[in-house]
Order: sequence, then C-alpha cells, then structure tokens
Amino acid sequence: MTESSLTMSVKPNVWQGGFSPFRISWGKLMMWYFLVGDSFSFGAFLITYGALRFSYESWPLPTEVFKSFPFLENVEVPLGFVSFMTFTLIMSSVTMVLAVHYGNAERNRYKVAKWLAWTIVGGLIFLSSQAWEWTHLITHGMTMKHNPFGAPAFGWLFFTITGFHGFHVFTGVIINIIILINVLRGVYDRRGSYEMVEKVGLYWHFVDLVWVFVFMAFYLL
Amino acid sequence: MAHEMQTAVSSPVTDHVHFQTVEGEIREPEHIPHHKENFVTKYIFSQDHKTIGKQFLFTGMFWAFVGGLLSLIFRLQLGYPGQSFPILETLFGKWAAGGIITPEFYYKLVTMHGTLLVFFVLTAGLSGTFANLLIPLQCGARDMASPFLNMLSYWFFFAASVVMLISFFIPDGAADGGWTFYPPLNGLREASIGSRAGADYWLIGMALFIISSLLGGLNYITTVLNLRTKGMSMNRLPLTVWALLITAILGLISFPVLLGAAILVLFDRNLGTSFFLDEIFIGGRHLDQMGGNAILYQHLFWFLGHPEVYIIILPAFGLVSEIIANNARKPIFGYRAMVLSMLAIAILAFVVWAHHMFVTGLNPFVASVFVFLTLLVAVPSAVKVFNWLATLWQGNIRFTPAMLFAIGFVSLFISGGLTGIFLGNSALDIPLHDTYFVVAHFHIVMGVSAFFGMVAGVYHWFPKMFGRYMNHTLGYVHFWITLVGAYLVFWPMHYMGLIGLPRRVWSLDAYQNFSMYGDMNRFMTDAAMLVFFAQILFILNFVYSIFWGRKVTVKNPWQSNSLEWTTEIVPGHGNWKGPIPTVYRWPYDYSKNGDDFIPQTEPYRPGEEKLHH
Repeated sequence: MTESSLTMSVKPNVWQGGFSPFRISWGKLMMWYFLVGDSFSFGAFLITYGALRFSYESWPLPTEVFKSFPFLENVEVPLGFVSFMTFTLIMSSVTMVLAVHYGNAERNRYKVAKWLAWTIVGGLIFLSSQAWEWTHLITHGMTMKHNPFGAPAFGWLFFTITGFHGFHVFTGVIINIIILINVLRGVYDRRGSYEMVEKVGLYWHFVDLVWVFVFMAFYLL
Repeated sequence: MAHEMQTAVSSPVTDHVHFQTVEGEIREPEHIPHHKENFVTKYIFSQDHKTIGKQFLFTGMFWAFVGGLLSLIFRLQLGYPGQSFPILETLFGKWAAGGIITPEFYYKLVTMHGTLLVFFVLTAGLSGTFANLLIPLQCGARDMASPFLNMLSYWFFFAASVVMLISFFIPDGAADGGWTFYPPLNGLREASIGSRAGADYWLIGMALFIISSLLGGLNYITTVLNLRTKGMSMNRLPLTVWALLITAILGLISFPVLLGAAILVLFDRNLGTSFFLDEIFIGGRHLDQMGGNAILYQHLFWFLGHPEVYIIILPAFGLVSEIIANNARKPIFGYRAMVLSMLAIAILAFVVWAHHMFVTGLNPFVASVFVFLTLLVAVPSAVKVFNWLATLWQGNIRFTPAMLFAIGFVSLFISGGLTGIFLGNSALDIPLHDTYFVVAHFHIVMGVSAFFGMVAGVYHWFPKMFGRYMNHTLGYVHFWITLVGAYLVFWPMHYMGLIGLPRRVWSLDAYQNFSMYGDMNRFMTDAAMLVFFAQILFILNFVYSIFWGRKVTVKNPWQSNSLEWTTEIVPGHGNWKGPIPTVYRWPYDYSKNGDDFIPQTEPYRPGEEKLHH
C-alpha cells in the first residue's frame, strides 16, 4: 500500500478535521456560543427575580402597575402598552428574518437594506416605548428604592432586568445600523456572502426571545 | 478527497486567513495575506496567538509575583505576631503603623491575594497562556478563529489588571471583603474601609476580566471545533487541547453568572437597591435597604465559583498529561478515560456548588444531595490519577524540570484531593469550614498544584515560545525548593485546622489554646519565604533564558509527537511556512514497535497496528 491509498482509506467524517463539524462557519458558531453564555447572564437575573419574589408574601399586580398608555389620559388599558411593545419587537424579528432571507437567497442589497432598516425602526420604537414607560413609572414614584405599588423588590428588579434587556436591544440597534451601512456600501456583495446579516440576525432573535421571558416575569405572572 | 470535488469554489474572503465554504470545509486562500508588521502590531497590539499567549504569560507572572508578595506580608503577621518590621511602615505607611500591619490591611492583603491568584494568575495566566499558544499549534491552525477578538481578549485582561492595580493606590485601599466578595460585607459602602471605592474597583476589574475570559473562551471553542487540520479528529487531539476546550466551555457557561451577580452587587452599592441586603444594622441604625437575600449571592457566586476551580485545574491536567507521556516515553494510559473523566468533572462542576455553603443553614436534605454529587467527583479524579501513575509505570523517564513539576503536580493533587473527601461531607465540613483545614485543602489541590502545572508548561514549551531552553540546573533547584517548601507551608495547616484554628483571623494571640502553634506558624512563614525566593530564581531564569539561554537547534527538542514541533523553531505568524501538515495518528505513539516516537504527521506503515485507544 502506498501512503496516498492509506490517506484515502480514512472515511469521510465531519469530525475528521479540515472540516466544520456542524457545517457552519466559525463566526456563526461563535455567535451561537456567545448567546449560550449570554443566556446564563439573563438566567442569573431571572433566578434572582424568582428567589426574591417567592420570599415576599405579596407582589404587585401587573395589571395595576402597567395600565397607562401614552397620550391617553384617564383611560386604563391594563397591559395595553406592553402588548404594543412586544408586538413591535416580534415584528422586528419578522423583518429581520426577511433581511436574512433576501441576503442568503437572493443577495439582493436593496431588499436586505430595506428590511434591515425596518428592523432598526422596530428596535427604536421599542426603546422609545421603554423610555416612556420608565419615565412614567418613575414619575409615579417607582424607583430603584421605592415602589408605590407594593413590594419594593418589584421596582428594582424591573428596572435592572428590563434595563439589561434594553441595553441588549440598544446594542442590537447599533450593530444593525453598522451592518446596514455595510450592506449599502456593498461590502457583503464584494465578499460574496451575506452571512454577517445572518449573524446579527441571530443576536436580534435572541434578544427577542429573552424579552418573552422578561415579559412573562414582570407583566404576566 | 471526494469533498473537495463537490465543493463549489466561492470567492475567497479577503479579510481573513481562514475561510470555510458553505458546506463546512476549511479552505485556505491561495496565498496567505502577508501583513507588514511594525513594532506595535508585532509586539503590542499583536493578533498572533503566540504573542498573545506570551502577553498573558508575562502579565500572569507579574500578578503571581505581586500576589505571592501579598501572602508573604500577611504571613509575616501570622508567623511573627506583634513583632515590628519597620520596613513595612516605610513601604505601606499608615497601613503598617509601627511596623505591624493593621487588621484592615491584613484583610486587603488576603482578599487581593485570593483574587489575583485565582483569577489573574491561574485563570488568565494559565489558560490564557496555554490555550493561546497551544490550541492553534496543536490543532494545526494558522491562528485562532478570530485573531482580532483574541487580541481584544488580552487587552480587556490588561484593562482589568490596570483597574485592580489602581485599587491598591487609592486612599482607602483595595477591596477587603474576601475574594468571594460576599454581601453584605461588600454590598455596603459603610461595611468596611475596603468596601468604599476599593470594592467598586474590584467589581469593575472583575467585569472587565469576565469579558476578557469570554472573548478568549469563544475563540478557543470555535477554533478547536472548526479549524483542526485534516486528519485531526477529536480522538487524535492532544489532551492539552481537550483540557483547554473543556475549560473554555466551563468558563462560557459559568462566568456570565458572576457577571450578573457583580452587576447586582454594584447596584446594591451605588443605586440603593437591595438584591442581597436585608435587616442590617450599622452603628445601631437600621438600614433602609431591605428585602434582599445575601445567601442568593452565594448561590450565584458559587455557580461560577465551583466551575472556576475546575477552570483552574483542567488546563493543568492537560499540560501534565502531555508532559508525562512525552517524558515517560510511553503512550498516555487510558486516553479515552482521560477525556471522559474531564467531561465528567465538567458536568459535575455545575451540580456541586452548594458544598461551599454547608454552613449557611442549608437544608440538611439538600446538603446530603450535594454531598453525594460532590463525592462523585472523586471518581473521575481518581481515574486521572491512576492513569498518570500507570503512564509513569515502567516508563523510560526523562527527569526534565517540566517532568519533575508534572510529577509534583500528581503528588500534590493526590494530597489535596484526599482532604477534599473530608470537606465534601457536610457533617465534617461544618466543624472544619472556618478553619485552616480548608486553607490547606484548596491551596494544595488547586492553588499549588495548578501552579505546578503552569510552571511545568512554561519549562516544556519555553523552547517553542522563545527558541531557547531554560537553565535546567536552576530548574531542579526551583523544583525541589518549591515542592518541599509548599508541603512545609501547607501540611501543618491540616493539623491546625483539625483542632479548630480559625482562618481569616488577623492575630491568633487572642486564642490561648492556639498559642501552642506559635512556633509552627513561624516555621510556615519561613518556609513560605523560602518558596517565594525559589520563584524569584524562576523569574530570573525565565528572563535570562529569553535573551541568553541555550539556543534550540532542532525543530523537535523533546522528541514529541504533537504538531507544534513540526513548525519552524520560532514560527512566524501563520505557524507553518508551507501547507499545514496532515495528521494520521494520535499524539501518543511513544515507544511503539521499537520506535522511540512517531509524530502525528507520519502515516501508518504497512501492517502497523492501528489504534491503541
């Protein structure tokens, strides 16, 4: 047997080396692992929420705390505004899916840019809504120390955890803007791959997914 | 191979060395982009994994020196209580008025000694150095997956180091609430002097450190998974790479939890929240901050803290396995068992954290579950120890300094591991928890033994890093003083702990019944100074050898099988001048069929028996 025939006798196997075992680039793999790590940060916060909440005998009713709507004085809309925020964020995930799709399937610079821009708009609407909600609650006396609606822990947990999530949305919007500029400048056309859009898309969906848990913790349970 | 034919040729990515097709195959561009490098890009903001590894090593050694020095200062107080050392007052002013260190200063020293050694030396200094140096070289990659993030990883570590260093020089001094940073002691500015600005510096420093560790870890994992050279299947990876991979996975999952906890403590301290504060009186005044849970912090902390001790020890496992097999000229015994036991340790790491909390009033039933899971760790640990011993058995051993430190590691790991069985039992831990028995246990099993692994790695891979050898005679002196000295320092602590000598106490004079240990404490302090002196010898040897050591003249000075020795003596950026070599066998074919060693790049010979594992 010659050397080369021995080489050829190695069965093709994705774990054999010289090959990405999950058939994805290192960049996408890295994003996935980053998200795994990040979910543990959120996990730490939500476990803190759970532990503190169960040490209290009473907890504020979400429908009492979150019942205001911008520009609607004297009208009570329990959970109305947060439903709007959640809907916006989920829709921004849908637009992100479209941006990724037109990047991967058609490499269509303008369609990618269009849907990415809508995603950014969605993110900005979410952030401004959060800013309004925070301002509203703060003016009604809910702070990092006090909570007129009941257990003070509700206040500081709310601001910390929605703040941490909001910070993720904020960084997501910044990253999306950078990627949008790259798309418009044709960077990914030259590179021949819109994978970068897909990677930031993963991050954006993750931020969305985390909101579901944050939303559940503060607005539903 | 068939894959290559099917792969559509896409246009190459211009900004990166590594390129993968959509189908997953790793392709290299026709020619590797050659960067013009100046002093700054080559030595300071370098993206070469080997240089970054050296940067981690230098910074880690700096912190090891500082951290060791801190321990000497508080050992002086323990060994010579009440005795005045005017030099201390000259150096530290009000913190050592009259030449005797104050209790506040003592706690700062202990806190920073722990923080620096655990995180800055044995995490960043150990896995930062060797993951960077060895993963691409031993996997057969030109560099890390993302050299840029890798560079950031070092510079975040550097920033963390600067913040920690500054905290020594601020008016109220560094943090003093213990490396575990429990609230309320660290959660309130009024709690102690070190809990003023020093604690904020500590938290910010640690946050930067965690970011550094995550950026590094992401790179290590993706590089090992995606960028192995052809033929380097997972069961042909050197055990160093396996160990560093598992370490990175542990860090990726546990460090974010500490980040969360650190943010919450920072809020408690500065924004008036009470995540970890409840019913606290200071000076007879009841604090407004109420409704939190201090034990919750301990859960969050130890969810990181326990995996952290394996983050420290696993790289040492890997380095030692490699060095022992190489210098015993024998295949590592039980390769697969070595990998599986590391995986088992990694999984158990996440379900044993509450054994650090038996004295918090943990429900005895819950404690019994954690006792059971904790004692399970003994199984894979023992597997590893027996495998090392079996590898040494009837080996043709070369006693290089690296090998001596590797064997010393096994000795220390056994000694320290045995006391772990004591402390894993809640019934025994409760009386022993606040005594020197615990100090003895974790210093031997984690501190000193991981340090031995690190030093062994430095001696062994020094020729690869600098193209020169370290001085072996000094290495032997270093080894014997360190091994004997470390045992002399920590062995007596077991007995002191068993009769109840409390740890974290500035002066033991207050306890009449422990005065019998005055002489012993003095002896331990003297031994600690001797050990520290030996480390200075090591640093001198290290620095001298970088510039004037004996030159390496052959590519493979240790007759080793793994890929890093197939490069140039001092490889440039990109590691291999020609194409990356293909791998045909595992890295432990030593003394096989009459051959002393068979490198991984040698194809199987006709009729050769295939795998030993």
